[in-house]
Amino acid sequence: MAGRLLEFGEELRGEGIAIGTSELLDAFSALQHVPWTEQVDFRETLAATLAKSQDDRRVFELVFDRFFFRAAELAAIEEGVREEGGISPDEAGALDMEQLRRQVAQAVRDGNQALMRDLARMAIAAFGRQGEGSGVIGVDVQRIRRSLALRTDPQPELPQEDPRRQGLPRDEIRRFEAMLRQELERNQIERTEQLSPARPLNELDRALPSGPLQDLAAVHRVVAQLKRRLKTQGNEQRGHKRHAAVDMRKTMRASLEFGGVPAVIKEKPVRPRRPEIYVLCDVSTSVTSASVFFLSVLHALHDSFRKMRSFVFIERISEVTEIFAKERDFKAVSEAIARDSGVADISGYTDYGRVWSEFREQVEDDLHPRATVIVLGDARTNGRDPRADIFAKIAAKAGRTFWLNPEPRLYWNYGDSVISAYEQYCEAYECWTTQQLEDFVKALTRPMHH
Amino acid sequence: MPVEPTSVTDVHDGLRATGYLPGESTALVSYLATKLGKPILVEGPAGVGKTELAKALSKYLGRDLVRLQCYEGLDEAKALYEWNYRKQLLRIQAERQGTGWDDVQDDIFGEEFLLERPLMTAIASSEPVVLLIDEIDKTDQEFEAMLLEVLSDFQISIPELGTVVSKSHPVVLLTSNNTRELTEALKRRCLYLWLDYPELEHELEIVRLHTPELPEAVGRKLVEVVAQVRDLDLKKPPSIAESIDWARALLLLGAQDIDSKVFADTMSVIVKHRTDLDVVAERVGVKLSAPAAS
Repeated sequence: MAGRLLEFGEELRGEGIAIGTSELLDAFSALQHVPWTEQVDFRETLAATLAKSQDDRRVFELVFDRFFFRAAELAAIEEGVREEGGISPDEAGALDMEQLRRQVAQAVRDGNQALMRDLARMAIAAFGRQGEGSGVIGVDVQRIRRSLALRTDPQPELPQEDPRRQGLPRDEIRRFEAMLRQELERNQIERTEQLSPARPLNELDRALPSGPLQDLAAVHRVVAQLKRRLKTQGNEQRGHKRHAAVDMRKTMRASLEFGGVPAVIKEKPVRPRRPEIYVLCDVSTSVTSASVFFLSVLHALHDSFRKMRSFVFIERISEVTEIFAKERDFKAVSEAIARDSGVADISGYTDYGRVWSEFREQVEDDLHPRATVIVLGDARTNGRDPRADIFAKIAAKAGRTFWLNPEPRLYWNYGDSVISAYEQYCEAYECWTTQQLEDFVKALTRPMHH
Repeated sequence: MPVEPTSVTDVHDGLRATGYLPGESTALVSYLATKLGKPILVEGPAGVGKTELAKALSKYLGRDLVRLQCYEGLDEAKALYEWNYRKQLLRIQAERQGTGWDDVQDDIFGEEFLLERPLMTAIASSEPVVLLIDEIDKTDQEFEAMLLEVLSDFQISIPELGTVVSKSHPVVLLTSNNTRELTEALKRRCLYLWLDYPELEHELEIVRLHTPELPEAVGRKLVEVVAQVRDLDLKKPPSIAESIDWARALLLLGAQDIDSKVFADTMSVIVKHRTDLDVVAERVGVKLSAPAAS
């Protein structure tokens, strides 16, 4: 069994969970206190010692199921054991479909696991009979689920006593699907008498909001990091001194109480620095694919900073701070921006010169050395005047200015890209994946050289 | 009276007896923590009973609870120990004449002049305690690094005094609301426990435990509605504590059913953002039946 556990650890590592020797040692010493034979306890013990975050936990569950299910099946093949009982296909053919549907719904609503497993087998048998198997397990699961009409929303047209009328609990349906999947896999293994090759879990299986650039969760994580870095910026030089600033006036005054002995040292209060951020985001067509990514960055930034103003621009600029403050849902935000901001005039091409002058008009008085300006855009002016002089003035008034460009560095300054005109006044970064966003955050922490 | 649990069921029943209804993994991880002497890192959304777990554990194990509430800018002086500067000063003044420097120096850096802060208290205590380090994610990484020594060896080094080694092994809980990633080094030393909103039946049981007089049907409806509300994308989804508050409010009002009117009147108990209120009224409120005409 020890060997098996190590294999299991190895498999988790293969899925990208950081498991060190110390974790495995913990798992072993924990298992000395917990009966190995209790499935729930065994699983929870391993999870508590091996998976150290919620993401890890999700991967852990998937790998655990796969690993131990396969292990059991492999043993069964070696021993030549076949699953006994269940329902023969002939019997299943005689089943009344409507009755089966109702039974499944009932079991799902009550969360009766044992019954659900039996019914899953029955359903598979019944559908196998109809010759609908596609050969792909995932597709079969969805087909069966659909023909069983398992839905979470209420179906008021059904008769009063039907368990589906009120809608079914989502978790239980998911559990039923997992059972269907397992049973189908078992069937397949029994048919072919061998295991299908183990495949690494793809990103989709991990049920993260995916898409090449729109990995919202990842963006939020990186921005959370960004927030911490901006907040502590400048504190590193102060080191231990930050608690040693004595307020002489107050100390003298307090010492009167003790006959002139400074028994109470009064320190100058430490005022934490509040970052102020201005973000300008290009939403024109030339950056369409990137603007979803940029908007999700904006969205995440708004979650983290209170003192933040955001603007979107194409030909002109429009402040969208309000929209982000009101709307929580990312989709609603992007719709509201598309509807209300009114940044496109006629051509739909970015006009950086106009954007700078409008931005300057709107915020010039508020800009100060503690402010950070971040521009998200491709710096393609469509042949218009870049007006880098205005940009330089903005950059000079703000403390730091960053430019995140969604194009690979290779394309910079080709065609109508004028990033070099701006680059001399700000720090420009290539940024179109969360990894690059992370690099940018790291660069932020480097000490400033001015 | 200190209790030494011998099985997971022991912990489970013990926690129940203190009025905390643990989920299946909660009891198991708590049991492992007492056995292995490893800290537990409890993560989860706000208001699922992370802090309550520590209180229940201390009650069940018959140990004192030492609590360190973390916040931004928390440093060693506030968490570990501090020299009682005023007392030292007065001591020096009192013996200004005739005392050699060496005597004074030995004197003023004695335990008498040490102000114990929570971590120190937990380690130096002769009775075993439960140490709760609350909202560890609010501190900065430097503080986390300092914790490593305390959590892995249960000792604190004081330059003037030497090393204080724990006489009894405390049970340590760290809670985090997940506002930032904790360092790998810290996670490595802990058992991990994710607390999520409880399942329907479990929450119903919790609500019933706190408001036994609430009619059964209302209780069930209540947890169903709360579950629906949590499914929405809200700024602040209702916590367990808020479900209980709501149950108490309904009890006081003598509500016999949660219809749309009762819901509209009382939903501010579970939803506390203006924008959230609109969303909830629009998405959940309309699904409830209209009040019966009477």
